[in-house]
Amino acid sequence: MSDILLDVRDLTVALPEGAERPNAVEGISLTIGKNEILCVVGESGSGKSMTAHAVMGLLPKPHVKVTGGQALYRGRDILTMTEAEQRSLRGGRIAMIFQEPMTALNPLMTVGDQIEESLKAHSDLDKAGRRARVVELLADVGLPDPEHLRRSYPFRLSGGQRQRVMIAMALALEPDILIADEPTTALDVTTQKQILDLIRTLQAEKEMGVMFITHDFGVVAEIATHVAVMQHGRCVEIGTAEQMLNAPKHPYTRDLIAAVPHYIEHRDDFLKQGEALLQADKVCKTFHLGGGFLRKGRQIVAGRDITLTIHPGETVGVVGESGSGKSTLGRCIVGLHKADGGRILYQGQDLVALDRKRFRPFRKDIQMIFQDPYASLNPRHKVADIIAQGPIAFGEPRAKALDRARELLRLVGLPEQAAERYPHEFSGGQRQRISIARALALEPKLIIADEPVSALDVSVQTQVLDLLDEIRHRLGLSMLFITHDLRVAAQVCDTIAVMQKGVIVEMNTAREVFQNPQHPYTRTLLDAIPGRGWEIPEDLRARRHGGTHDGRGAVA
Amino acid sequence: MAAIASFLGRRLFKAVFILFAIVVINFLLVRAAPGDPATVMAGEAGAADEQFVQQLREQFGLDRPLHEQLGIYLADVATGDLGYSYRQQRPVWDLIAERLPATLILTGAAFVLALAAGIGLGTLAAQNVGRWSDSAITVLALVSYATPIFWVGLMLILLFSVQLGWLPAFGYETIGAGYTGWERVTDIAAHMVLPVLTLGLFYMAVYARLTRASILEVRDMDFVKTARAKGLGETRIVLKHVLRNAILPVITFAGIQAGHLVGGSILIETVFAWPGIGRLAFDAVLQRDYQVLLGIFFVTSVLVIVFNILTDLVYSLVDPRIEVA
Repeated sequence: MSDILLDVRDLTVALPEGAERPNAVEGISLTIGKNEILCVVGESGSGKSMTAHAVMGLLPKPHVKVTGGQALYRGRDILTMTEAEQRSLRGGRIAMIFQEPMTALNPLMTVGDQIEESLKAHSDLDKAGRRARVVELLADVGLPDPEHLRRSYPFRLSGGQRQRVMIAMALALEPDILIADEPTTALDVTTQKQILDLIRTLQAEKEMGVMFITHDFGVVAEIATHVAVMQHGRCVEIGTAEQMLNAPKHPYTRDLIAAVPHYIEHRDDFLKQGEALLQADKVCKTFHLGGGFLRKGRQIVAGRDITLTIHPGETVGVVGESGSGKSTLGRCIVGLHKADGGRILYQGQDLVALDRKRFRPFRKDIQMIFQDPYASLNPRHKVADIIAQGPIAFGEPRAKALDRARELLRLVGLPEQAAERYPHEFSGGQRQRISIARALALEPKLIIADEPVSALDVSVQTQVLDLLDEIRHRLGLSMLFITHDLRVAAQVCDTIAVMQKGVIVEMNTAREVFQNPQHPYTRTLLDAIPGRGWEIPEDLRARRHGGTHDGRGAVA
Repeated sequence: MAAIASFLGRRLFKAVFILFAIVVINFLLVRAAPGDPATVMAGEAGAADEQFVQQLREQFGLDRPLHEQLGIYLADVATGDLGYSYRQQRPVWDLIAERLPATLILTGAAFVLALAAGIGLGTLAAQNVGRWSDSAITVLALVSYATPIFWVGLMLILLFSVQLGWLPAFGYETIGAGYTGWERVTDIAAHMVLPVLTLGLFYMAVYARLTRASILEVRDMDFVKTARAKGLGETRIVLKHVLRNAILPVITFAGIQAGHLVGGSILIETVFAWPGIGRLAFDAVLQRDYQVLLGIFFVTSVLVIVFNILTDLVYSLVDPRIEVA
């Protein structure tokens, strides 16, 4: 077939000695043809990025190198080309976009200059020609006012806009192959949808072959024509999207698809009983940025008249895009920020009116779990100390607190020996379990979970969510669950509040929000969920809920 | 442009208050040291009695209350008059103006040398990290950083002036040679080599280490990978993407050093008998020459403030994320 653009055969990439496994990638074979979008799916560390980097010649030299196999671009092996030949392919015939739009652009160069660099390196357009092309490209990727934007620096642009700039840069020379390494993972759902649409449109227009790396099967369902699933550096299953999404064969593929969060229709509505545990009443919070002697700063409204209640045993989800003020709300409730106005009543006591000292007894009752398990645990402290610090600060004898820490570790599914180790010895999912144990140590009544699973792989995500769910039922906890992912919220929350620009636009039971959304913004969010049209195969959908449910619709 | 003008206006406005505070504090500090010019002069004259000292004090106005003296001094400084040195029988301003160029040439040259060589060596080391050239540069930087500056100066004199006889050991120019034009320039340049090298070596070491560390951090960043994915050549990647971002902490440090350009060379000026501000200050301290000392403090403070403002301005030019505001 002459339509095959990239043919990777038996590719093996070796890791430096002492790494957890000898090869990052082992014997991978895949092909990308004209007009194909191959999604490479796998969890972190599965070698999917390494495969892409090897093809691009971007492996971190000299530690990581290709030790076997071929990567044929139109029949010529890229891996044996000279550095100069590779360079002329890179950015010219094969282009790449990356995950983190915030860091992938040089902060000190205007976006126009950065796009122009590609043209300078690979074409013989003159200055005026390059400039015209830059403007054309920026317009192509749907950016407003390209003439002005060309002269802007990246920090002026939002994440979605930066990713568009990256795409414009990659498309500058109309490459045959576009490699996209998790290009939408760092973006909000609505932005993700736009970027996915853009990539699909441009791909069809230019008849490119696309290698799209992702961990999200929703995204796969959205754009893939072919799918390859990777695990521990090997390709475990490869096939057409149709076949992979609806009739996966390999157990690992089946596990991954079963772990995709989806709405469970048969959850019983939560019965509100008794007095509200927490009641936020017209809470406001405004941040003042910059400013100082002789000058004015900027203001950002993170919360305006936020009103919500949490009943004992209830899990309330706060869903919104980044910057919507959902984390600020959580932080105001735990007392990490002080609300500017309104009341936060906890068992009838207004927390906003309390000073630091009088707030202290309430800290015990309201605990927080943070998003990044890598940053939220002190790397210099042993796990036992991390967990026991809270109770000790509240006057519990040290020995007793440490015993309790071991008990809590068992409760969150970690061995007791974990107590004597340091956080860096654990994986992300395990660390998040430690964070949960730490929050539970003070026997709180309310837990604020701020994106507790966003940094985790899907299969780990499921485990942590299940753990949270189990613990809250067992201990009768209430929870405020902050997330940007509606699918996750659907899985754990009784009630969902949708936030936009510091305001709660809709609050209702999870069922109502999903099946009968009232506010246009809620509908936008629901529409943006990737893979809405795809139904998780029946047998897999039932699997993680004991096979008793027969819910329809993968998501929403 | 308007932003820069308003930035400068505001900073200069603040600077006036800072200077005022500096002048007052300096004035009081100098007075806090025991002894005064009258006793020193009387002591040098020999066989002076109490009456003579008293007479000197009256003549210099040292017998008036401290706050009155401060008031007079502040009023004078405000009109640009730094006072009169009775020791040297000349206005302080003239003394400083005479010495300032020598110091500025010396420290300015050392500054430029340190920056250029430091950034160059740091980049080279980072490019060859782990290889012998990296180790050699690191060792050189460590040695120059750790060796006392005056000792380096003395050793350089021993080698190049005494042993080899290539370069003059001290002074600003050959006295009495009467050179003019280009001859004078080369003569001064020859005199400058050793002191500039000595002074520059220390800062070069600092810049080299800073640049190396900064490049190692920046070169693993995502945007460098983007540049590589664009198929750019290695030189362009290093210059346009890596170095430009890595240079930011170096600028911060250079700004601090620039503020010390005038005050930081006393040791070097002493070792190389360089007729600069540092020597003037040193002598003024020994002689309790208050007016000269205060005048030098004032000039160096002004320079520190000016260089701080300049650094902020340069920073905002290099890094668009920082706005002059």
